[in-house]
Amino acid sequence: MRLRESQLALPLAALFVAFFVAPLAVLGALSLSAEPGLASFTFRHYVRFFTDRFHTSILLDTLWLGVLATGTCFVFGFPIAWICARSSARWQSVLVFLVVLPILTSVVVRTFSWIVILGRHGVLNQIALGLGMVDEPMRLLFTELGVVIVLAQVQMPLMVLPILTVLSRIDPNLLDASTALGAGAWRTLWRVTLPLAMPGILAGTILTYAACVTAFVTQTLIGGARLIYMPLHIYSQAVGANDWPFAAAISVIFMFAVLAVVWALNLLGRVDRGAAHA
Amino acid sequence: MPRTAGTAAPRPRRTRDWEAASLRFAFGAIAAVAVVVLVAPSLIVILTSFTASHSLKFPPEGLSWRWYLALGEAHQMQRAAWNSLVVAVWTTVLSVALGTAAALAIARSRAAWARACDVLFMSPLLLPALAFGFAALIYVHLLGFRPSLTFLVLGHVIVCVPFVLRTTGAALSQLDPALLDASRSLGAGGWTTFRRVTLPLIGRGVGAGGFLAFMASFDNVPVSLFLADERTEVLPIHLWQQIETNLDVRTAAVSGLIVVLTLVLMVLAEKFAGLSRQLR
Repeated sequence: MRLRESQLALPLAALFVAFFVAPLAVLGALSLSAEPGLASFTFRHYVRFFTDRFHTSILLDTLWLGVLATGTCFVFGFPIAWICARSSARWQSVLVFLVVLPILTSVVVRTFSWIVILGRHGVLNQIALGLGMVDEPMRLLFTELGVVIVLAQVQMPLMVLPILTVLSRIDPNLLDASTALGAGAWRTLWRVTLPLAMPGILAGTILTYAACVTAFVTQTLIGGARLIYMPLHIYSQAVGANDWPFAAAISVIFMFAVLAVVWALNLLGRVDRGAAHA
Repeated sequence: MPRTAGTAAPRPRRTRDWEAASLRFAFGAIAAVAVVVLVAPSLIVILTSFTASHSLKFPPEGLSWRWYLALGEAHQMQRAAWNSLVVAVWTTVLSVALGTAAALAIARSRAAWARACDVLFMSPLLLPALAFGFAALIYVHLLGFRPSLTFLVLGHVIVCVPFVLRTTGAALSQLDPALLDASRSLGAGGWTTFRRVTLPLIGRGVGAGGFLAFMASFDNVPVSLFLADERTEVLPIHLWQQIETNLDVRTAAVSGLIVVLTLVLMVLAEKFAGLSRQLR
């Protein structure tokens, strides 16, 4: 019986080997070859990437963009999850619905609506001008600030949902005990709720970060042509410059960079769990 | 300042109430701002799409249906929408079939191979999808094929199947194994048990996963960017190019349509699959 049940994973495993593992292996091989034909081995493309400030700064900008957007997601997402976990079942459904709505609406559409909001004659500028907060329209489109705002909105659900899951599993008695022992609400939040929510926070952070750094549509439409991040860099080298081996090397570097961040966050989670047991 | 529980004098009640109120107020305010920011763009794009003028201004100058009517003439956009729908339906069918089968094998196994498979099948969620899209293009070329609808669907399945695995796996982990034993001891075979016991119990999880896979495929850009060509152009790519080159109000009209359709689908998914519970 066990054997039969385990065989059910075979079709998907076969598809993944044939159409996920193999393409990535080919990508790796191409990034190490001098010509598009996978012949003659070379490190040239990697050397080219790491010896040119232009390329490395794009990588660092992208990784930093992820940090900014994920941080913003956390600052706004945690309170949503916190309020949500304390609401009645009915309100909880409504809130989850509102949080999920953006992620299920087409990302092109969401980004497009932000162009209407952030543009020179956009909603935000009209409000700011109307209230006399600024004298002339702010430049928000094609700036890093704009990209961070939009990424935070677009990816927020990925942060909120895992945190909500752990928050609603916290035993309310622990919070009562903290209060009974004299801790105020803020101290309880800091010393009890946050540590217990750590697994959800980390899961949310990993998902949000991975999504933010690869958000091609948002980065290109809000960032414009001058703010270049890794996904656009890969695309323009592959399609624009038609330099497939170099684009493959950039892809490999980008993948390993993202995996390294994810791995570091996971490690943090393990250290944290260890500390909780000690 | 470490204070031991024994020596800590309970604070005056009023301080504690004030603290609780301030926390509630601060978090309530931040959450309110966040929810407004989450919802506002969708509303604004809908309102803008009803403008009577040629510019994308908010508030719109006059109201009219003209841009929605103009969609009737936008043949290229219609073809792209149709392609997207075909790809999304195939992707959903394949993701649900392959994903549910794999979840059955993996979800309740503690074996090393099962955990390895789990990591492998979930990794498309973490790896940059654009890098995978490019890798798939190279691979298809290397095999001597041209990008086609088949490869586009396969690429979408790779990035969409994690959603099915996740929701189905969660539903399976809550399934009481005793029920399966009971079914078997009553003489039902493996297939009958699946159809009559397992499937009804995990159906909502599978449904929610299928819904998410459909939306993810319909919305996918990074994979389609490389695997779709002129014949198989899909809607998100078409819209992305439209927005990059010439912003016209028809884009807002399509966006309005997509937002409304998403809402309808979400309400249906909520009703039939309990979506908001499945996502947690």
